[in-house]
Amino acid sequence: MEFAPRDFFIILFSCFQVPIMKVSKLVSKILGYASMTALALLISIPIFWLVSGALKVNSEILTANPTLWPKEPTLNNFVRAVTERPFGSYFINSVITTLIGALAEVIMAITTAYALVFVRFPFRNAVFVLLLAALMVPEQIIIFPNYLTVANMTLFGLYPKGMLNTYAGIILPGASIAFGTFLLRQYFRTIPTDLVDAAKVDGAGHGLTLLNVVVPVAMPAIATSAMLSFTAKWNEYLWPLIVTTTDQMRTLPIAISRLLDAEGNTEWGIVMAATLIVIIPVIFVFLFAQRYIVEGIAAGAVKG
Amino acid sequence: MTKAFRRDWREWLVFLAFAGPNVLLFAIFTYYPLFRNFVLAFQDYNIFTNEGEWVGLDNFKRFFADPSTNKVFENTLVFTASVVALILAFGLLAALLLNQKLKFRNPVRSLLFSPTVLAGSAVAVVWIYIFDHRYGLFYQVLRPFNIPAPHWLLDPNWAMAGLIMVYVWKNLGYATVIYIAGLQAIPNELYEAARVDGANAWDRFRHITIPGLSPVTFFLMVTSILNSFQAFDIIRVMTHGGPVNATNVLIYRLYELGFETNADYGKVAVMGVLLFVIMFVVTLFQLRYLERRVSYS
Repeated sequence: MEFAPRDFFIILFSCFQVPIMKVSKLVSKILGYASMTALALLISIPIFWLVSGALKVNSEILTANPTLWPKEPTLNNFVRAVTERPFGSYFINSVITTLIGALAEVIMAITTAYALVFVRFPFRNAVFVLLLAALMVPEQIIIFPNYLTVANMTLFGLYPKGMLNTYAGIILPGASIAFGTFLLRQYFRTIPTDLVDAAKVDGAGHGLTLLNVVVPVAMPAIATSAMLSFTAKWNEYLWPLIVTTTDQMRTLPIAISRLLDAEGNTEWGIVMAATLIVIIPVIFVFLFAQRYIVEGIAAGAVKG
Repeated sequence: MTKAFRRDWREWLVFLAFAGPNVLLFAIFTYYPLFRNFVLAFQDYNIFTNEGEWVGLDNFKRFFADPSTNKVFENTLVFTASVVALILAFGLLAALLLNQKLKFRNPVRSLLFSPTVLAGSAVAVVWIYIFDHRYGLFYQVLRPFNIPAPHWLLDPNWAMAGLIMVYVWKNLGYATVIYIAGLQAIPNELYEAARVDGANAWDRFRHITIPGLSPVTFFLMVTSILNSFQAFDIIRVMTHGGPVNATNVLIYRLYELGFETNADYGKVAVMGVLLFVIMFVVTLFQLRYLERRVSYS
């Protein structure tokens, strides 16, 4: 339902008991655009301050009269952020854990959802409920027992000293996926069974049916699930913080927070440059796939 | 008969191969730790020998006798209540605004939503710079008016307000997007009919929009409560729960007791159990409500 701009302000004024019964169309249009501009500024000013800080030399930051935009923009902060710390290894750690973690999640979401919809199994519903219930258990409240599990897990002798401070230790506990499975299951159920049966008649087993029929049809939902997994893994903070013990194994979100100086002598230019490097991949993903992300997030809410 | 059985048996194998790994990981890293938390809550656990000694309710007693426990509960309540109220109120306002026929509303919607996809630690770092009382943006804005900028994160009276502000800034777009979807799901005919009956905008808002949005509002309230209980990265980066515990909430305290100095694993497990019970009750509440709504409509 579309509200006229006028209605919005009548509602707003009524809320605050302002005795204006008739707001003219023009005035309300102007007020509408003014509020929208205010909202846009509220979100973009912090981002603007981040970009401008990343481009400033120290003397333009550590001054009583800083300007909004640098007088002499420089890329020097980026060079220093990347070279003065083991930034390369932070970046590689983030890329490896994100790509493998997200890939594992997407593959398992696809195969699990397929099994739940198209493969006959006596306890299918029980498995579904088990996965759904896992959505209710936030990672934060089980970090300590999981830490103990990972510390003592050798993974069949592959990690004789336990999996702390290893990629496997970062990735494995978060590799299972409930929300994406749920999302794909809903989508798979809308695929006409004729399509799947036709593949069966042609002699395709479950593997081929999944790859050649279901995956191509369900691409939008798979993209949604992949985007959500990617951003969640890239941004993850708590688990990698706990499970990594050396600087060499840190991921980017943890590394940038460690650039802050406890004594208050933080080099803001470098910190902002590093922060930009961390958020740019996600911004790109968001720009190209925001419809998928927003749909995925709104999916569970409104349809209820 | 045997042939059918063999085919079934093959299907079961396929099912296990497809769904098994996911289920196995959930068993090891979600259900088992949940169970272990309950066990650890009644034990005195030694991390070096990896053994626990049964101590009954001792951990619970010590946790509730700890003077900082009250403060932590109080902080969690303040943080959750403020965050949920602000996100619902401003989310609805922004959704009403961005659901009108205004040009550029789509880019503004995307902009508003964008902070929700950014890393919490990145957002926190940027806001620390904005809050900086010597070189930050607030200082800049207030200076011409001769108003001293507060030492946001160093002042116990301001730190919680600063955190709430940043959390709302980051998560407002989520509520807005959901509210917009909710507004669009209200049938147009209801408004048309009300208009014919002579209802003004305020009446229509009160009697159609608000009731029409109530399922969405309820959903958002529950998810916001659950999410705010899990807010960790912003708190860890911006305040470390300080100054003097002013922003120490349940989830941060759990981390602190488990992984910072003065570790106390018994209390960690107690908090894990308590948080699970609280969140479980909130979720059950939501499920019961959804059930009622589905069966009555």
